[in-house]
Amino acid sequence: MTLLRIRNLTVEFATASGAFRAVDSVDQDIGNGEILAIVGESGSGKSVSMLAVMGLLPWTAKITADEVSFDGQDLLNMDPRARRRIIGKDLAMIFQEPMSSLNPCFTVGWQIKEALRFHLKMDRKARHARAVELFEQVGIPDPEKRLSAFPHQLSGGMNQRVMIAMAIACKPKLLIADEPTTALDVTIQAQILDLLASLRDETGMGLVLITHDMGVVAETAERVSVQYAGQKVEEQPVADLFNTPHHPYTAALLDALPERATARLLPTIPGVVPGQFDRPAGCLFSPRCKFADAKCKATPPPPLGTDLGHARCFYPLNTADRIAS
Amino acid sequence: MLKYTLSRLLTFIPTFIGVTLISFSFIRALPGDPIVVMAGERGLSDERYAELATQYGFDQPIYMQFWDYLTGVLQGDLGTSFVTKRPVWDEFFTLFPATLELSICAMIFAIALGLPAGIIAAVNRGKFLDRALMSTALVGYSMPIFWWALLLIIVFSGNLGWTPVSGRIDLLYYFPNATGFMLIDSVASGQSGAFTSAVRHLLLPTIVLGTIPLAVIARQTRSAMLEVLGEDYIRTARAKGMSPGRINGVHALRNAMIPVITVIGLSVGTLLAGAILTETIFSWPGIGKWMVDSIFRRDYPVVQGGLLLIAVMVMIVNLTVDMLYGVINPKIRKR
Repeated sequence: MTLLRIRNLTVEFATASGAFRAVDSVDQDIGNGEILAIVGESGSGKSVSMLAVMGLLPWTAKITADEVSFDGQDLLNMDPRARRRIIGKDLAMIFQEPMSSLNPCFTVGWQIKEALRFHLKMDRKARHARAVELFEQVGIPDPEKRLSAFPHQLSGGMNQRVMIAMAIACKPKLLIADEPTTALDVTIQAQILDLLASLRDETGMGLVLITHDMGVVAETAERVSVQYAGQKVEEQPVADLFNTPHHPYTAALLDALPERATARLLPTIPGVVPGQFDRPAGCLFSPRCKFADAKCKATPPPPLGTDLGHARCFYPLNTADRIAS
Repeated sequence: MLKYTLSRLLTFIPTFIGVTLISFSFIRALPGDPIVVMAGERGLSDERYAELATQYGFDQPIYMQFWDYLTGVLQGDLGTSFVTKRPVWDEFFTLFPATLELSICAMIFAIALGLPAGIIAAVNRGKFLDRALMSTALVGYSMPIFWWALLLIIVFSGNLGWTPVSGRIDLLYYFPNATGFMLIDSVASGQSGAFTSAVRHLLLPTIVLGTIPLAVIARQTRSAMLEVLGEDYIRTARAKGMSPGRINGVHALRNAMIPVITVIGLSVGTLLAGAILTETIFSWPGIGKWMVDSIFRRDYPVVQGGLLLIAVMVMIVNLTVDMLYGVINPKIRKR
């Protein structure tokens, strides 16, 4: 069953020099208990689309969509009060920088119990018991003592565990993790990813993992959505994506993985993601694509079918005729 | 924390000596001679002048005079007023409650209005309410305090007759000075109408004295709130589904209080300086008016002692503010 359903989501930011389109007609479905990874370079709009779902974008953002619904409820036209009853309860999010995402003025216990108090109306004793339980669940040793610690007294990894504990406090149906491991060192990264995956197994919640790290994707995700310059360019189950990428951008991303490198020099994708002023008329990837022709540069390609991973490309890779040619 | 407090107390010593030196030399740099002022228009003979100069120690070299003064101060002797012949210490503590009462009321006024104004402006950033509040604050900040006082007196005391022009209480009421705080003493006296009278006397001086701190606090609260509202942990609070009221009033305000507390602390210095003007205009019998009168009378010990005590007050307030940082944001406690 579809938990989060997004159709034709577009987010534009009003800037001094005109509107900037950060997310461009994105469709997305996330099922119950599924792990979806959204990958892309910096500036590809992967965080923005999820922040739009959460309603956390600043007022300069203009959100348009045909549909954004969560658990059967229309998030798009919901009044803010009703939305706040869902956000933080059934739909939770954790962020990239655990150190700055926790309020320095309050103990971590206070910050966890706050959600329990407002969403679940638990009394003081129940809140405390639940907070201890949550800390144990996310693997924080000595929870009784840690609850009264301030964020600056804990390490980055511990703070991210606190963030996770806070996000899963009300047993959400969907957890959005926005680059949860980027600010952490490698050994801690693996622990946090294991924790998120095991929490999914225990609680059956859906998990959206926003990342630019293909290693993280391979390790954790079940389905992968690749975003480029605000558009979803391809989506496939993780194994298929790694084996038979259809969009040239996905292929180029995979080629750039150190694990797959065969030559002495690591392959890179020349150029940068188009910005506000150099947005191509046709396919957004065409200026950097080695297969692009005149058609690609003139007309934007529509998404292909499910069998071709919804790839936005006129000449998808790893298809019968492509291999033949 | 104790070590920090002690090290802060040590920094009081140079400040203390500096203030003593400055107050001692500034009053002497003013033209005019206290003995001549004391003698009045009739003047006095050269013999009598020399006698008095010896009595007050003015015949000594200036550095000896300073040394005598400093050793006196360190033993708790601030000297005796030339004019009233009473110890400076006693005079100060007779008058200080009046200033303290006025300053506390002014500060409460400034915080009670400035803090909400700043928060409202920050939350409505760029909108009409924000601009209206901040322009008003700018006017309040730029207005000369004596002019503002006179304006209020003309309107509220003169034209409307709502408030008295000067003093702390109507002459109708008389009761002993138990605490020195008119609001408390008037209630303790049990005389009907005394408290109301005290409040009505306090009203205009409070507004006048509180206006500049009010403007400063409002502007500082706004900018601190705007900065904090852009922080990641505010996004976290929103992601938790907290209401805007709770986010602004709890999550953001606590963090924004650090710079606000700083300006409140600094305002105390401004407040005591402002008290000098305000008290003079409203004939408020506090240390501000006492200092001004003493400067005109060239009452050296009073000016020196008064400045020193005011400086100590400001230092204590600033130390308290520094201690408060750690209470509000525990991260600062760990240096």
